[in-house]
Amino acid sequence: MPLTHLQQLEAESIHIMREVVAEAEKPVMLYSIGKDSSVMLHLAMKAFYPAKPRFPLLHVDTTWKFREMYEFRDRMAKEKGIELLVHVNQEGLRMGIDPFVHGSSVHTDVMKTQSLKQALDAHGFDVVLAGARRDEEKSRAKERIFSLRSAQHRWDPKNQRPEVWRVYNCRKQPGQSIRVFPLSNWTEGDVWEYIDRENVPVVPLYFAKLRPVVERDGALILVDDDRMPLYAGEAPTMRMVRFRTLGCYPLTGAMESTADTVPAIVQEMRRARTSERQGRIIDHDSTGSMERKKQEGYF
Amino acid sequence: MPSRRLLRFITCGSVDDGKSTLIGRLLYEGNLIFDDQRAALEADSRKVGTQGGDLDFALLLDGLMAEREQAITIDVAYRFFSTATRTFIVADTPGHEQYTRNMITGASTADAAILLVDATRGLVTQTRRHSYLAWLLGIRHVVLAVNKMDLVDYAQARFAAIEAAYRAFAAQIGLPHICCIPVSALKGDNVLTPSARMAWYDGPTLLGHLETIDVDSASLEGAPFRVPVQWVNRPHADFRGFTGMVVSGTIHPGDRVRVQPSGRESRVARIVGYEADLDRAVAGQSVTLTLADEVDVSRGDVICSAESPAAVADQFEATIVWMSDQPMLPGRPYWLKIGARTVTGTISHLKHRVNVNTLEHLAAKRLQLNEIGVCNLAVDRPIAFDPYRDNRDTGGFILIDRVSNDTVGAGLLHFALRRSQNIHWQPTDIGKEARSVQKGQKACVLWFTGLSGAGKSTIANLVDRQLYVRGLHTYLLDGDNVRHGLNRDLGFTDEDRVENIRRVAEVAKLMVDAGLIVLVSFISPFRAERTMARELVGADEFIEIFVDAPLAVAESRDPKGLYRKARLGQLQNFTGIDSPYERPEDPEIRIDTTSTTAESAAARIIAFLEDRTTAPGR
Ligand SMILES: Nc1nc2c(ncn2[C@@H]2O[C@H](COP(=O)(O)OP(=O)(O)O)[C@@H](O)[C@H]2O)c(=O)[nH]1
Repeated sequence: MPLTHLQQLEAESIHIMREVVAEAEKPVMLYSIGKDSSVMLHLAMKAFYPAKPRFPLLHVDTTWKFREMYEFRDRMAKEKGIELLVHVNQEGLRMGIDPFVHGSSVHTDVMKTQSLKQALDAHGFDVVLAGARRDEEKSRAKERIFSLRSAQHRWDPKNQRPEVWRVYNCRKQPGQSIRVFPLSNWTEGDVWEYIDRENVPVVPLYFAKLRPVVERDGALILVDDDRMPLYAGEAPTMRMVRFRTLGCYPLTGAMESTADTVPAIVQEMRRARTSERQGRIIDHDSTGSMERKKQEGYF
Repeated sequence: MPSRRLLRFITCGSVDDGKSTLIGRLLYEGNLIFDDQRAALEADSRKVGTQGGDLDFALLLDGLMAEREQAITIDVAYRFFSTATRTFIVADTPGHEQYTRNMITGASTADAAILLVDATRGLVTQTRRHSYLAWLLGIRHVVLAVNKMDLVDYAQARFAAIEAAYRAFAAQIGLPHICCIPVSALKGDNVLTPSARMAWYDGPTLLGHLETIDVDSASLEGAPFRVPVQWVNRPHADFRGFTGMVVSGTIHPGDRVRVQPSGRESRVARIVGYEADLDRAVAGQSVTLTLADEVDVSRGDVICSAESPAAVADQFEATIVWMSDQPMLPGRPYWLKIGARTVTGTISHLKHRVNVNTLEHLAAKRLQLNEIGVCNLAVDRPIAFDPYRDNRDTGGFILIDRVSNDTVGAGLLHFALRRSQNIHWQPTDIGKEARSVQKGQKACVLWFTGLSGAGKSTIANLVDRQLYVRGLHTYLLDGDNVRHGLNRDLGFTDEDRVENIRRVAEVAKLMVDAGLIVLVSFISPFRAERTMARELVGADEFIEIFVDAPLAVAESRDPKGLYRKARLGQLQNFTGIDSPYERPEDPEIRIDTTSTTAESAAARIIAFLEDRTTAPGR
């Protein structure tokens, strides 16, 4: 029996993670609590079994994630017995960065991009595993699995190393770092099929449920805590919704759905007519915005 | 969901053959483009499109801002789609800039290649080039998509002529499985649905064919077993698991294995699984194996079937594809990574370069960006390998520049050179230690590097005299003198400079073995070669002395009048003028000749040697 595509993708991802651990001086895995992170964590558990994964998890926390995400994060770290590092940009906190007030670009830049750089510099991580996929966005489609970053964390799309066969070049100059994307070749559909096949735990927000939301600028925003200001005429209503991607709650739109199990989500995915980034307010700014963010050091 | 299999393919074609249109149509008609992406595409097509209001699929594919601004495609892009029976990963390689480098990246993991030709133009040079690269990398399935059939009135004769010409060419290079399909990417004929306008064609549609290509996993599973060991898993003293991907073959607990290059044998005890152990593992799986015996296995070793293990050698014939702006220089050491092993590799002899358009063999001294050559290759210790034709994973390697750490080349091993198997280092009864002791000294190399006119020879001579007076046994190798004899055949091009240093380093090494203190006074401008000399001699016995003089100072001294000639253009490749000098980053001794006399420099070096001889543990 030839391997199925999920088995092949799994084997490739595990191979990549082991290569990182064998060659990196100080590796870390970014853990953003979403479905891709869940799958990465599961793959890492498999890759190093019976040992634990040979790197800590790093959550770059904006303090604006959904409450259920924080609960899930802490439960996972405990259950899996892996060290979890949480980094918050303290300067951003002092500045009182608020996505409702400052908008998505400023919030993302200060609390995610800058914060990530701070955390990587502070710990001296030289190789960073992250769960980005090539099907997510056009500039990602052209990024290598092992992606070199300058000492300033910049990505230079015009000067990427050729990546041949399964032989990855993990060498770098002092100060440079490498971002590694073990899920490069997975699609959103693959991720859900794998979650289904392997019973990978994910944040319950992915499943449809009656939740209090307000409709704002065409997006359904979950009223997750009392930091959310309600404008004139806005009142939360209970709607059957779920999330296709998870991020900061003020910047993440819910979708109407009745899919409350993984198989139902897989079904829904197959009929989907919009891409998963639709719900992410961060991308709507302008075409090329992701590429620009990545050049500046964002994932 | 029925389990689907994966097909990785690459698309190639020259500019305007319709590659973007074709891929766009595959994704678009297969309902693989989402509404929001389509809306963005429509907006972009109106704004910057080149199709006069129609959807410009190229925009869907050219993702980078830089590409849109310059209307070129820079890099390989990966696309994903799936049908009921298969999932596809498409490596879309741009047709122009950096072509070879991009195509190698995309093709190295591909099972199949789609080559596009424009029916109005027929086969072009690029078609041959892409076919050659596909063949070189061992892609077994090639689809020739004859596009723009609408522009030739869907004429069977036109298609038949192109097909015949291509089959003749493919037979010449030895491409195995070829399928030719007439299509119109623009109108959709034979892409997803059979064309009513080409009733004369009774073959599969493009997608239909892609769905049925046999990726030969059976033969890969039937091939000899290989696992390049990535990482040894030792959570506690009672468990030693060897992790890696099964790159070929099949394994069961109890099977006999041989670990290469050491040649030690054992049996597989367990195939460790996350939930339960496995009773079998096949090519393509990442595994953790334990062995029945305590054998020494480390990262980079290859666990092989005991009956047909990988071969072991340290000299090879190989094809190299060069992918860096800096040329490949024979003699220069590079990091060579094959599987999970990294060694030092040197091109000992470049046999010829291949003109990828005509397949001609051309004489060459170096390889430039995107050039391909066949060479002899030496590595610094024996490695396990298979010919690339038999196994991509144990026969393919990358070359990494030792200074920049960039990936500069990809290579394919063909076979081991006989001399590698038959010549062994002959151990002599009296060794370096004994010879050194007899002379009452510690053998070493003093490597003087610096610009012409920096003062290397003056200082080296002073040191040599003083050591001699103390009754020590020395020899001074001077650049100019060696070029009169041993290196008489070498000039001053980059490749000759590399070879010049390699020979001198080898001579110095023999002299150290003879117990001598060797003074080498060579400009030795390149960091890579000084590193090579250091490794050849042994870091403990290599003392790098940087005789530092600013160019202006060296030039004003100009003891041999060479700078003047170089400035007048009468001397080519002169270090400092039109050939670079790479300053040492971390020399044992740096002499600033603008503030030190030759005498005090010599005294410093002597003092350094005295410290070294009396230092504890020496
Ligand atoms: N008539 C015709 N034109 C085509 C066909 N396929 C592509 N083209 C046109 O050829 C031009 C180049 O196509 P494009 O897909 O951008 O080529 P690429 O450079 O290979 O990606 C465009 O004007 C397309 O509309 C075809 O099947 N028939």
